[in-house]
Amino acid sequence: MPERARQSWRALALLAGFGAVPALANGQIEAGAALWARECAACHALSPDAPPGIGPHLAGIIDRPAASVAGFAYSPALVEAGAAGLVWELPALDALIENPAGLLPGNRMGYAGIPDAMTRAGLLAFLESGAQTPESPTPEPEPEIELPPEVLALEGDREWGEYLAGECTTCHRRDGAAQGIPSITNWPEARFVTVMHAYRAGLRSHDGMQTVARRLMDEDIAALAAYFATIDQ
Amino acid sequence: MHLKRRSFLGTMAAGAAALSAPAVLGQTRPRVVVVGGGSGGATAARYIARDSQGAIDVTLVEPTRSYYTCYFSNLYLGGFWDLADLGHSYGRLAARHGINVVHDWAVAVDRDAQTVTLAGGAVLPYDRLVLSPGIDFVDDSVPGWSVAAQNRMPHAYKAGSQTELLKAQVENMREGGTYCMIAPPNPYRCPPGPYERISMVAHVLKERNPTAKILIVDPKENFSKQGLFEEGWARHYPGMIERIGPDFGAGNTSVDPEAMTVNIDGMVEEVDVCNVIPAQKAGRIAELTGLTNEAGWAPVVPADMRSRMDDKVFVLGDASAQGDMPKSGFSANSQAKVAANAIRHELTDSRLFPARYANTCWSLIATDDGVKVGASYEPTEEKIATVEGFISQTGEDAELRRATYEESIGWYNGIVEDMFS
Repeated sequence: MPERARQSWRALALLAGFGAVPALANGQIEAGAALWARECAACHALSPDAPPGIGPHLAGIIDRPAASVAGFAYSPALVEAGAAGLVWELPALDALIENPAGLLPGNRMGYAGIPDAMTRAGLLAFLESGAQTPESPTPEPEPEIELPPEVLALEGDREWGEYLAGECTTCHRRDGAAQGIPSITNWPEARFVTVMHAYRAGLRSHDGMQTVARRLMDEDIAALAAYFATIDQ
Repeated sequence: MHLKRRSFLGTMAAGAAALSAPAVLGQTRPRVVVVGGGSGGATAARYIARDSQGAIDVTLVEPTRSYYTCYFSNLYLGGFWDLADLGHSYGRLAARHGINVVHDWAVAVDRDAQTVTLAGGAVLPYDRLVLSPGIDFVDDSVPGWSVAAQNRMPHAYKAGSQTELLKAQVENMREGGTYCMIAPPNPYRCPPGPYERISMVAHVLKERNPTAKILIVDPKENFSKQGLFEEGWARHYPGMIERIGPDFGAGNTSVDPEAMTVNIDGMVEEVDVCNVIPAQKAGRIAELTGLTNEAGWAPVVPADMRSRMDDKVFVLGDASAQGDMPKSGFSANSQAKVAANAIRHELTDSRLFPARYANTCWSLIATDDGVKVGASYEPTEEKIATVEGFISQTGEDAELRRATYEESIGWYNGIVEDMFS
């Protein structure tokens, strides 16, 4: 199945590259754009000028050397792969999206992967088109929960956050490696706060995380966000 | 003369330990001794040493050089996990955090002198003592069985060679034979553990020996995640597993390791593999230290895991009697962080934070069929009390069960990093 998947991607990439079947390619790109908005945009931006996200921006990702966005805190696994010469050519990117933890164990991409080759092909086609036409509109992720500005503005007590983090790090690794359980290190604070409030309000569905979140006060969430955002410091 | 020699050796060992730590001569750092290098002890030692940044002298006493986690040892039995991946060394606790790791048995605690004596003769003084000795077995809880019989009838309830032995016995059982488990009475380590083990044994037998039978002799009316396990057994291993409860005399069971028979209230069964999980109590050093109650467990103050009998001693994990938290590695790890914060506060005046306790227990029923139960807890005057809990549901779809299993692998990797990195 994986080999067949790769072959079908190569065939599609070839066709799309030569513009032989624009109708199919367009449909794929639209599906890829929708998938991007639903599953990727919460962590990745398409513009190099976007504020720092959970993952690196993906402007020009096709054929970009791995771990090459200046200033982004990559996991040791990514840094090592980049140093070894990994470049995000389409087959490599396809393999990453199929199973992020499988391709690069220890990386921080908290995403299970997309088993279906055609679905990945659409996403890759979308990324490729975005790379070629940077002015193409980028779908905005839906806000998960609207938080009052004063909640987002709370300054977290980092030391309290470090203590509270003891409850998190039984499962979520401090080194940020993601395998079965997402990485939560180096997230922008606003994103961390939003996600925890979404769990607390029951808008995100994970019984364990809801149980954790429901006994956190606003100040506790801010403290955790402050700690995990700066965990490597 | 003998005593003098012992105390001389003790001084030597303590001196050697002090030299290996970044201590400034003439300056005495407060000393914490941690007995037991499992989920409670390793976590406590690591958090105290790491967060005090050298201000506290931490010694971890643990007999074994590699720690084999009990959690996931059932998955090794089932062929889902390698034995090597259950084992963890203490190297990084020493190298990265300056913990004095001493591979020896703690054989006595002098609470007045505040010292721990090791089997090798060393005497370790402490300002605070952390005991996290896990479990020991109650003598004669299953008449006919004793530790001397553990090679005929393994308990496999402390991971390592016992787990290997049980796995070999299950895999080599005669065709159509009977695997019998004598399940323990409450309270015991890892409440879903025996039933996850049944699932894993059934998984192996279904593949290798499909006419084999599994018999559970259980003195308890009910057990952890019962609905989930029974649903899974009916689906994956129909007709293979029979459970005899107290209503059919399971509370009156004895074994004969030589004859390989089990006597259930007068009914004698011949079995081929007999996995006896005896009744349990706190690890022996807790009892020797005089910190246990008549039930054999060490009562602790819910706010910080301090012994109710000695305010210089903390008891963590399975050995403690704390209230609602199950005896699990996750619980011990959670309790250790609370105790570490309290100990650092007392010895170095660092900030004291209120206790936060949590636990989740995952179990694997069959390939990609994972379930879990968990809760958050808070201290009251009387006990550590459940705040809110959750549990997997019967009838969940395969994708959710697979995600739960993958989550358990993530948890395993997370907790061992939290203990040993």
